[in-house]
Amino acid sequence: MSVSAMAFYLFAITGVGGSLMVVLSRNPVHSVLWLILSFFSAAGLFVLMGAEFVAMLLAIVYVGAVAVLFLFVVMMLDVDFAELRGGIQRFMPLGLLIGLILLIELGLVYGHWNMADNADALLQSPTPELSEAHNTLALGQLIYTDYIYLFQASGLILLVAMIGAIVLTLRHRVDVKRQNVVQQMHRDPAKAMELKDVKSGQGL
Amino acid sequence: MITLEHYLTVAAMMFVIGIFGIFLNRKNVIVILMSIELILLSVNINLVAFSTHLGDLVGQIFTLFVLTVAAAEAAIGLAILVCFFRNRGTIAVEDVNVMKG
Repeated sequence: MSVSAMAFYLFAITGVGGSLMVVLSRNPVHSVLWLILSFFSAAGLFVLMGAEFVAMLLAIVYVGAVAVLFLFVVMMLDVDFAELRGGIQRFMPLGLLIGLILLIELGLVYGHWNMADNADALLQSPTPELSEAHNTLALGQLIYTDYIYLFQASGLILLVAMIGAIVLTLRHRVDVKRQNVVQQMHRDPAKAMELKDVKSGQGL
Repeated sequence: MITLEHYLTVAAMMFVIGIFGIFLNRKNVIVILMSIELILLSVNINLVAFSTHLGDLVGQIFTLFVLTVAAAEAAIGLAILVCFFRNRGTIAVEDVNVMKG
């Protein structure tokens, strides 16, 4: 067995096993950690396939942002997760049945498909030779020319998601002291201190 | 020799595990969101496998857009979850009928 085949089986087994543990593990924090493992193994598979840019993107965006977001939310919410596990035996047979049916369907699809005869002629944008441009360069040259509007639209999606997440989770608390900048700037030194003439023997 | 079918098999297994996870953890919405991430990841594996096998870069570009949508979906989903937890004190989604829709 060659080195690349061994690497493939390593990443494939850790990826599938990790995703199985995401689903089955009792503690959601462990689920997130298994999810990170399966993201990393998928990134390894992408490197084996020769798509380095997507692999690095997976490591940065998924592991660095999405998985950490999940981890924060899981740790922030004070929930009794054991109670949420109830009824798992009830759902297990139905889930197994549907999973089995899906697996059989996918197996049927993968067993009976063949490439179109003119597949090479139908390529939208063929991958350049490695000596001409590496993966990241070739992708960049496509994204910033042919797919620039889609690229901008995905940026817009992220902006909307960011604003939406902030609007959803922002709350105005009334029981904390806040700084009022306008009031501070319009403060008059002459009115800040008042001198009172107190006669002796008398209070104010 | 590792062929296209090997990668497609891995992606199919991850996809089925994701669907299975949604059915298994029907009460725990956090694990449901993670299962959706797994499903999107398996779709990405399929796209990249075909893209590199056929020598067409468009598949990888589509993967980037799937990744963007997945990140946005996770952010919004978790924000809704935090909001829901503040209002109800639980994240059991089995009986979510606040809107009576």
